Order: sequence, then C-alpha cells, then structure tokens
Amino acid sequence: MYETNYHRASSVADAVKLLKKAEDPKILAGGMTLIPTMKQRLASPSDLVDITKISDLSGIKVSGKSVTIGAATTHYDVATNEKLAKVCPALCSLASHIGDPHVRYRGTIGGSISNNDPAADYPSAMLALNANIITDKRTIPADKFFKGLFETSLKDGEIVTAIEFTAPAKAAYSKFPNPASRYAMAGVFVAKDKEGVRVAVTGAGDGGVFRHKGLEAALDKKFDASSVDAVKVDAKGLMSDMHATAVYRAALIKVMAKRAVTAAG
Amino acid sequence: MGMEGIGARVLRKEDKRFITGKGRYTDDMVVPGMKHAHFVRSPHAHAEIKKIDTKKALAMPGVIGVLTGKELKADGIGNIICGWMIHSKDGSPMKMGAWSPLATDTVRYVGDAVVIVVADTKGQARDAAEAVEITYKVKKAVISAVESLKPGAPQIHPEAAGNLIFDWEIGDAKATEAAFKGAAHVTKMDIVNNRLVPNPMEPRATLGVYDGAEDHYTCWTTSQNPHVARLVMSAFYNVAPENKLRVIAPDVGGGFGSKIYIYPEEIVCLWASKKTGVPVKWVSDRTEAFLTDAHGRDHVTHVELAFDKDHKMLGLKVDTIANLGAYMSLFSSSVPTYLYATLLSGQYDLKAIHANVRTVYTNTAPVDAYRGAGRPEATYLLERIVETAARELGIGADELRSKNFIRSFPHQTPVIMCYDAGDYDASLNNAKKAADWDGFAKRKAKAAKEGKLRGIGMSCYIEACGIAPSAAVGSLGAGVGLWESAEVRVNAVGTVEILTGSHSHGQGHETTFAQLVSERFGLPGANVSVIHGDTDKVQMGMGTYGSRSGAVGMSAIVKALDKVEAKAKKIAAHLMEADEGDIVIENGELKVAGTDKKVPWFQMALAAYTAHNLPSGMEPGLKEGAFYDPSNFTFPAGCYICEVEVDPDTGTTKIVQFVAADDFGNIINPMIVEGQVHGGIAQGIGQALLEGAHYDETGQLQTASYMDYTMPRADDLPSYKVSNTVTPCPGNPLGIKGCGEAGAIGSPPAVINAITDAIGNNNLTMPATPLAVWNAIQATK
Repeated sequence: MYETNYHRASSVADAVKLLKKAEDPKILAGGMTLIPTMKQRLASPSDLVDITKISDLSGIKVSGKSVTIGAATTHYDVATNEKLAKVCPALCSLASHIGDPHVRYRGTIGGSISNNDPAADYPSAMLALNANIITDKRTIPADKFFKGLFETSLKDGEIVTAIEFTAPAKAAYSKFPNPASRYAMAGVFVAKDKEGVRVAVTGAGDGGVFRHKGLEAALDKKFDASSVDAVKVDAKGLMSDMHATAVYRAALIKVMAKRAVTAAG
Repeated sequence: MGMEGIGARVLRKEDKRFITGKGRYTDDMVVPGMKHAHFVRSPHAHAEIKKIDTKKALAMPGVIGVLTGKELKADGIGNIICGWMIHSKDGSPMKMGAWSPLATDTVRYVGDAVVIVVADTKGQARDAAEAVEITYKVKKAVISAVESLKPGAPQIHPEAAGNLIFDWEIGDAKATEAAFKGAAHVTKMDIVNNRLVPNPMEPRATLGVYDGAEDHYTCWTTSQNPHVARLVMSAFYNVAPENKLRVIAPDVGGGFGSKIYIYPEEIVCLWASKKTGVPVKWVSDRTEAFLTDAHGRDHVTHVELAFDKDHKMLGLKVDTIANLGAYMSLFSSSVPTYLYATLLSGQYDLKAIHANVRTVYTNTAPVDAYRGAGRPEATYLLERIVETAARELGIGADELRSKNFIRSFPHQTPVIMCYDAGDYDASLNNAKKAADWDGFAKRKAKAAKEGKLRGIGMSCYIEACGIAPSAAVGSLGAGVGLWESAEVRVNAVGTVEILTGSHSHGQGHETTFAQLVSERFGLPGANVSVIHGDTDKVQMGMGTYGSRSGAVGMSAIVKALDKVEAKAKKIAAHLMEADEGDIVIENGELKVAGTDKKVPWFQMALAAYTAHNLPSGMEPGLKEGAFYDPSNFTFPAGCYICEVEVDPDTGTTKIVQFVAADDFGNIINPMIVEGQVHGGIAQGIGQALLEGAHYDETGQLQTASYMDYTMPRADDLPSYKVSNTVTPCPGNPLGIKGCGEAGAIGSPPAVINAITDAIGNNNLTMPATPLAVWNAIQATK
C-alpha cells in the first residue's frame, strides 16, 4: 500500500468538507474492495475519508412496508435485523451470504452499491426492489443508479447516505457462487408486488447488473417457476471467463430465477 | 502399549503453540540491524533483458542495496540445479538449462526474479523496486507442454533443443506390444492431470545473516530439509562452505513438497547480506507464492490397457508429456519418472508395462514434487482406465480390480518396484462394507426421484513411500542418499532429547517421535523433547517428504534407542550386580526380571553421568546416534470409494460419502494418521473438483489469488469414513509404511469415477468444476 491519509468523518457535512480539501480522495465505506485494491497498489488515493462512524448513516428503519437502511449499515446488521426480516426476509438472506463473517462485519450496503461490482449481490436487490438511493444531494432511482462495471451515476464527492424501498409482497434471491471467490456467477433477485414482477440479475452481465424483461413478463403472467421454462435467456451480453462461459451463465440465470421464484413462494 | 506409547492417541504436543499463535516461524525471527528485501520480478513470461537501470531505485529513501544477477555471477554464485540425473532412452543426459538465481539475459516465466532491493522497511523496498527500470524485449511464450514440443514453438533454453528435456522410457516395449497383440479387449484414454499450486498456509520466507567477523552465514528458511539446503547451497551454489553456513528451519507452516527445494530467494538473501553488510529478510506474499512456489502435476497422457477374454490384465502402455515449467527445480526430473512410472502396475498383476515420458520446458512456474509427487499421476491414470474398462467390459469395477489383484508377496512388478507386503482384498472389502457398496442402486434411484444424478467411484491406490534405499536411488540418478539420522541423548536426570534429521512442518513429530521413547522406556511424553531443523544442533539428515519420516526417520530413532537401551541395561545390571540379560525396562524402571530389584530410569542416567560407578572400561554419558538406510521402499495401499450427487441443472457436485480404507502397516498415533488422511483427501478432492492453475496464452497466471484459485473449504468436503487394515511392513523395525500422501494419491480418481458414473459421460477433466460438469452433461444431450 502506498502512503495515504486517513480521516474519520464525524458527519456527512464533515465528510464533504474533507473530500473537497483532499487532492485525490476516496470514500471509505467498509473498504472490503478498496483496501485490498490499495494493498495490491492498484489504487493510491491521497486521502481516505471513513464515513462508517457517522452515527446517522447506520441503522435500519421499518415503518409498515417502508424500509430505510443507512448507507453505513453493515451486511451483518442487515442480515440479522428482525424488523427487516418480517417485511423483506429476502434482503436479510442475501446479506447473510455476502463474503465471510469478517466481510459481513465490515462491509456496508452503501459501499457495496457505490462500488457496483458486477458480481456483487446488493445491486440486484436494489434494482428488483425498485429502491431509491439517497445521497447528500438527491434521490436516485435504482434503475438510473447502476451504469456499468464499477460505474454508477454518483458524481465525484457525492455520498450515498441511505437506501429506501417499499417491501414487496414476495421476494427472494438465489445465487450461484463462483467456486473460488464466492461472488455471484449468476445471482437473480425476484420481487413481486402489485405493480408487477421485477427480476434483476447480477454476476452475469458484461455491463453489470441488469433487469431481465423476458423473465419479468413471463412471471407477470404467472408467478410460478414453470413460467421461466419458456423464457429465452440470451447468452449475448453475458460475461465469459475461465469460471463460466456466457452460455453456462445464461443457463444458470434460468435455474436461479426458478429457484428464487420457488423460494419467494 | 502404554498411555503414551505406540498406538496411543496422544494429543499433539506442538499444537498448544500453534493454536495460541505462539509458533515461531521464519518471519517471526528478528535480528539486530535486520533489513527487508523485495524482488523485482519479470512481468513477462518470456523476454530478453535489454537493460537494467538501478540508479533511480538506489536514490530512493531507505535503500541500502539494489543488486542484479550480473553482480551475483561476478561473485561466483552458481546456477540452480536439478539434483536427479535422468538419461533419455538414447543414452544422452537430460538437457538442463541454466537457472540463475537472478536472471541476467532472459526471463522465462512471470515471477522470474531479476533484481533484489534491500531497504530499511518492507514498504521502502517495494517502492524502490518499482523504480528499477528494466527494458525487456518480449518474446513469444509457450504454456502448454504439448504445444511446446511442436516445431516452431518458442525455444526456451539454448541447452534443450525443441524444449525437450529428456525422452525416457521404462518397462519392456516389445513384451508390451506382444501382450497387446493377443488382447481380447483394449481400453484407450487420453488423460490430463491438472497443474496445482501448493498453497501451504505459511508462505515461503528467508532471513540471511552474514557475520563478517566470523565469515559465517546463517540462513533461516521455510525448508522441509535444512541439511539438504545447506549441502546444495555449499556444494553447488558456492554461497559458503558447509562449516560456515548454518541453516535453520524453525516452525514451518506446511510444505506439501513445495519447501523441499532451494529457491533463488535463500541464495540471493544470503549473498545480499554479505554484499550490503546487513541481515536481509524476505517474506513472500500470497501472489508471489502463486507465481513462484514450485507447482505440481501437469501431465498429458495417452494410456492403453489390454485384457484377455477372462478380463485379466495383459499389458499397459503409457505415453506421457510432463510440463516442468521454465526451469528444472531440485527434484523435478524424478517426479514424472521414478516416482511415477514405477507405480504404474498399481495393485494389479500386470505382466507387461511400457511407459514413455517426455519432459518439456514451458514459460510457466517450475514444477516439482507436490504431495504424492508422481504417484497421484500414476494412480489417477490407472484407476480411471481400470474403471473405464470395467464399464466397457460390463463388469463391476470392484470385480475387475479384484480379479487382477496381486496376492503373493514379495511381488516384482515390470517397472522396478518389488512390493513387500499387502492385502488388497482386505482394503477393498473394508471399503465396500463401509460404503454400503451393494446398496448403491437403491440410493441412486432415490436421488433420481429428487432430480439428482448419483454416482459411485472407486480407486485402489498403491504408493511407494519410505523414500528411499540410497544405493537404489543412486543407481537411478539421485544426487543424494535418502537415509535418515537420529541421535538420542539421555540427560543426567533421565529426560530424553531426540535429535532427528527429519523435519516437522505439520506432521506432529514432536508427539509421535516421543511416543517411541514412551513405548520403549515407559517415560512420560513430557520428559521427551524432539529437536530438529537446525544444522548447528542436529547431525546431517535428509528431511521430510515422500512420507519418509515414519518409515525412515523413526527407524533411525529406533536404532539409536536400541543402543541406548543396551548401554542403560549394562549400567543398571552393574548397579544391581545382576546379569544384563536379566534386565527389563518397564514404566521408567530398570528391573531384574523375576526379582523385586530395580533402579529408576533417572538413577541409571545419573549414574551414567556421575561416572562414579560404571562397568569397567565404559565411557561416561548416555548418548547414541544412528543412521538408517532403508532396504526397500514401503508400499502403503488402500481402497477409496466416493459417492456423489450431481445437480444436472447447474453441474454442481456434492460429495455425499467418502470412504477411505488404508493399509499403512503399524500405526504409531492413530489420531495423527487420521488427520493426515483427512488432509490428504481434502487436497485430493481439491484437485478433483476445485483446483487448477490457469495461465493465459501470454503466460500470465490467471489464478494468482484466492479470488480465482479455488482452495477446498470446509463446506466443499464431506465427513470421511476412514479405517485401516494392517499388514506390517517387513522392511523396517516398526513395520510402518507411511501415511502422509495417501489421501491425495487415492482420492482424485475415486471422485472423477463417481462423477462420470453419475453423468454418463467419461470425457471429464479435472478440476470437475460446475462448468466442466455442466458442459459434460450437455454433451450427452
């Protein structure tokens, strides 16, 4: 790791100030990707602004079906929150399978979605849950937030402060993990509400997380695993690497979609 | 058997320090004035070095030295060599290319060391390493062994035309051809044995200290054989004369073979310490470990097995290409030859075998022995083709094996080895019973109802351990003898120190070696210490690999204990005025048989050292040494049965049952043996399902971290059902065979046989990842 300056922000305003002052800063929101990247000397920010100790950035509020999760809430806290489990257990289950216990105690939901790793779990949930991403400046619908591999619509220095969504009637996430990294090789989040069914796929698209309109249409008609059979999932536009070909990923998407629908009940 | 004697499940003495974080590893060593090294390594798989400019690096903060291969050569440091000479079938010696510890003209794999930077801190050394400017002219690289032999492939070493190191054969080609002519059935297969990265928990590390006043060097290193390291560094690399070089391998966190060899870093750090005047420490990071630790396996083979009309095996033909990587590592030549092809008879009464092995250079990390070393490759080959043949012939895999088992011993195979003892039916029956072999069809039908493909696979392995009779391996080209040494010191108050040439890097020697003393003299294990790993403390020894510390290392201890016992009895007899022939040793006392006369062990020891009252002419003290050279290899064998369920939708394999029925001869500590078997099977399942080193076509290692290289995790593995039958080894005093590698040798074919049985497609290559299995299933549709 190259030399860097570490700052612990006391408030969002303080973080904004620190980010402005620094030459080439990075927000540290758990650091589960950033720190290993820095250790490999592939990133060398002049300053790290740690936002995880800002008290009002952590915590989960559930009011009826309305859910707000602070950006610095750890995966562990999402996985084990009882109120959230009552309205959207799919998200708790998703969080409980991210990384390992060390990662779940450190990594945060805001950090994960801001990083937008194409194989991360959370982005699929945000898309399928039609969540809003709240920043210090504005509210961004998930459909407009995720832009590509490790790209989002966040501006420089813009800080995600929370995510909010309305809990759907039914939802589930099914992931086929990469055998080595255990990141998603194909992860499918399915959410059904009165507005319809939303299906988001992570770990497979060569442009990152995406919604699958074909699966959504079929499941809109009938929310049943069998509806997935007739849907064509095209290998075009899917990633191909030594762990999984695009054709294999296309097949996995269907299997994971069926399993998610079955799990959603 | 006493509470802590032979056969007792004594808890491991060393574990307290290991599991409380108090182990002392090379990286824990700190000496005054110590500085840190970072190696500048080649980012290219194959390139000419046009220019090395160290000026900027030398000016960086904290930098003490930036040294190149040119300076190393100028100081007379020698090239790294392979210590086992193999001759091609045309009689010519193997074509060994030069391996300079720091590359001077050409780099041959990604990770090849070029420059060492020494600085006050690790970070400064790394910063300065980035400032070293090396101009390369990149050349075309070749990764696959098969491609490397083709005309027009990039030439890697001038010494080895066409990248061929040797073209070697074993067995009788004519007799084998004749056997095939009369065959009623021939099974043919093409088999790949995947390249593995060893991944010991502790990465390699070294601390080189030069003492100018004494003109003396000390090398702390992560070695499985510190004496061999000293010998090779003195005799071949001109680092220092043996009496001026102390090698210490303290606690070592796993080796699996990868820490047998002398790597560039030990040599260069010692030399750099003299050059810079400071002690120099280097610790590999995990990516360096992936890139530069000697890899394992990497064979491509065509094999044919001939049967007569009664399903008796007639002959075996093997044609193997083995990838040795960019340079010949210390024992690399022996692995795909004498450690491989000599085991091709397996447990079967094969009359004719012929194997041809070509070894080649490629632009990849050097390949050498990795847990099993040649024997897993032989076993995988044979046990897959036997299972395949059974399917083709339409008879049970168990029946075909049993029909061809060797049943009389000693048994001379057509490929050098003479098996001394074994009972292969016992292992087979034991395994079948534990696996409920006969109930499989029912389980398969039940799984099918649940949408799962269930399969069962068997593997009957044999290996050669207790490496090895020195004269025999010498005649086959080994540069060293493979005996072992021991010294047993009885202290004045009766406590015992065992100095062994074996080296423990996880095997539990401190526990099991002490059990030999408890058994013999009835002393508590706490009174016995085992000392190893330091060339200044311990007499010359050969180290630990090839499951040799039991059969060879412990045999040396037994020989030394015989001498101690004889002298102790003489002293006791003298003290009690009895005949030494009447003395028995029990529970820490020397007794006159049939009387109540006795002398406590400590009193006898004290008498030895006070020397006030010893038999006339006897030297004071009680300390005896021994060297033991085995008369033969030992032959552990067993039968493994794996049962899997494959999810046809995703290609995921779940191992639902794994049975290991081994014969290791007599067992000193069953708990430690079970641990070895468990760990070995985990590595074997790792090879079969998960692990595979993957280079892209430019020679970049794509599996250079745990993000891409799949190590087995607890949830990948089942609970094993392990058991033993015992045919004592007739060749050594304890009757033991060795257990360190069996699990890794026997398990891969059992796993793959089970998966191919489940999916109905035999065309499956390791690692059988979900992708590979899913593709194989699609191919059947």
